Amino acid sequence: MARLQIRNLEKVYGNAFKAVHGINLDVADGEFMVLVGPSGCAKSTTLRMIAGLESISGGEVVIGEKVVNRLQPGQRGIAMVFQNYALYPHMKVRKNLSFGLRLQRTSKAEIERRTDEVARILEIEPLLDRLPKQLSGGQAQRVALGRALIKEPQVFLFDEPLSNLDAKLRASMRVRITDLHRRLKEEGMSSTVVYVTHDQTEAMTMGDRICVMKDGRIMQVADPKTLYDRPANAFVAGFIGSPEMNLIEGRLDGASFRVGDQSLPLDADLMNRLRGWTGSATLGIRPQHLRLNAGPGLRGRVTGAEFMGHEVVLHLDVAGARLVAVLPAADYAALDRGAEVTLTPEPGMAHIFDGAGENVSLPVSH
Amino acid sequence: MTDLATPAIANPVPAMSSEELRAARLSAFVRYSLLTIVGLIMLYPLIWLIGASFKTNSEIFGSIGFIPQDPTLDGYRKGWETSTPYTFGRFFWNTFLIILPKTIFTAISCALVAYGFARFEFPGKKILFASLIATLLLPNVVTRIPQYILFRDLGWLDTYLPLWVPSAFAGDAFFVFMLVQFLRAIPRDMEEAARVDGANSLQTLLYIVVPMLTPALISVALFQFMWTMNDFLGPLIYLSSVESFPVSLALKLSIDTTEAFDWNRILAMSVLALLPALIVFFMAQKYFIEGISAGGVKG
Repeated sequence: MARLQIRNLEKVYGNAFKAVHGINLDVADGEFMVLVGPSGCAKSTTLRMIAGLESISGGEVVIGEKVVNRLQPGQRGIAMVFQNYALYPHMKVRKNLSFGLRLQRTSKAEIERRTDEVARILEIEPLLDRLPKQLSGGQAQRVALGRALIKEPQVFLFDEPLSNLDAKLRASMRVRITDLHRRLKEEGMSSTVVYVTHDQTEAMTMGDRICVMKDGRIMQVADPKTLYDRPANAFVAGFIGSPEMNLIEGRLDGASFRVGDQSLPLDADLMNRLRGWTGSATLGIRPQHLRLNAGPGLRGRVTGAEFMGHEVVLHLDVAGARLVAVLPAADYAALDRGAEVTLTPEPGMAHIFDGAGENVSLPVSH
Repeated sequence: MTDLATPAIANPVPAMSSEELRAARLSAFVRYSLLTIVGLIMLYPLIWLIGASFKTNSEIFGSIGFIPQDPTLDGYRKGWETSTPYTFGRFFWNTFLIILPKTIFTAISCALVAYGFARFEFPGKKILFASLIATLLLPNVVTRIPQYILFRDLGWLDTYLPLWVPSAFAGDAFFVFMLVQFLRAIPRDMEEAARVDGANSLQTLLYIVVPMLTPALISVALFQFMWTMNDFLGPLIYLSSVESFPVSLALKLSIDTTEAFDWNRILAMSVLALLPALIVFFMAQKYFIEGISAGGVKG
């Protein structure tokens, strides 16, 4: 029904600054696609180009089977939810919801039916006769959501919709939006979503697939698990996951990774994936994939240990590099500041990145 | 113990505060007295005007006080009649005929032009906006003669057209500038939401921008109302028949036509001429203040 395709999309500003460098992205019908990246990575610009709020310098945006480059936002079959809600301040909630339909001269009965339905789904019936300034942040965001929903668009666009809410509300809205998406899909309604966020938790929990962007380029597009387990490059590896993946610079020498005067023997699985690759490299290992004193590993001095109750976040100094490990709480007793410990990567969980940051240890099938 | 301790602790506190209170009261008294006196001095001409409009002609210049000795409505009665075939009501009506189109069209045209400057990119925008601002700095008198010749050639002399038509094409650069500044402070998200909802530029202006711009538009209308009400030079240049005179010219008329001026008539009519602007101002005061002070509107 509503597949969204982006082909060689470019954005060049008047001062010749190139914000988006010919990106390609294919969002399947009904898919929840999250665009994520640090601020300034042009994820919002990309979204606004899809919406038609920003002119397209090159390439094409295709919604359904139609190239929409030259269409006005209202004709593209999209609905958008803005970061600061962007409710019309002088209209009551009811009018806010139905503004788009009224412009299309939809019949009164139809407007009423759809308003009631959306209000019921989002539980905003008691708010229908309030003005936006009489709403709390969460309520306003639900109304903004309703304003998108009521249009029954082909593609939903979300521009950091939860970043103005407090942590608790954000978590519940996250669930609400994913539930809503699932429900629309089950009812056979068009439910293609492009969701922009800078928050990797949001990205990981909500997205069917995630598109990680940096400086106007796509770094990797994959489902959350692939992104986490098989990051295509050091940027994605560092961006996804918390605490960040450890990236330790060193040298790959046959069967071991050298950092300072230490030598970490590589496991068979990793050796297999590397297919004989050698040279200057960066070792990537997630803090959660390190075990304490479990055989050969990286030796380091403890610089700090944060006890979190169910786990310990350990900070180490390994030959001048910083290393973070998340260990079971039971290990806490052995971790005095200044103590020397050895941390062993779990087999199959380490990655090797080359000088350009590309992951050279991805499985052959990938 | 407690009996002794309580007054010992409680006593010094009110003593201190009563002294402070006295100082605060004194300072407030001084401040308010000063403000009242200065206020009265500044308002005195107005107060005198109102008082004098109820005096007899002989008394007006006889005393500096403003309370009439034997109050009379003569000034109002005779002033309203005027020395022309028309009553003052006619002149008020004429003023109204100028103000109404001028105010309405100013609001419409300035909102349109300001919206264009604030929200759209088009070739030559910078130069156009700079020349708009430049006209702000241009003394009025410079354009009087070319304008007069232009309107004469159009055959608009002795009509109200020269008085309001320029305003209908956003001729008042100040208002455009004011609205542009106001618009720049309003976030664009609402307008973008409206575009996504399918509104075109004009619908966005009408349904979204204008409602948010209302306080500023009320200020514009108020300024235009008061300035037009007080405009003397414009009507003086373009209007020649008495029947189409607005209030500002009519007041001058009563000085011209009678040999011995009946000052109380002039003063009485001046008071009446003040009223519309005052009434409108107080009615719209709330929005007016909002309009000129509320640059930062929260999104």
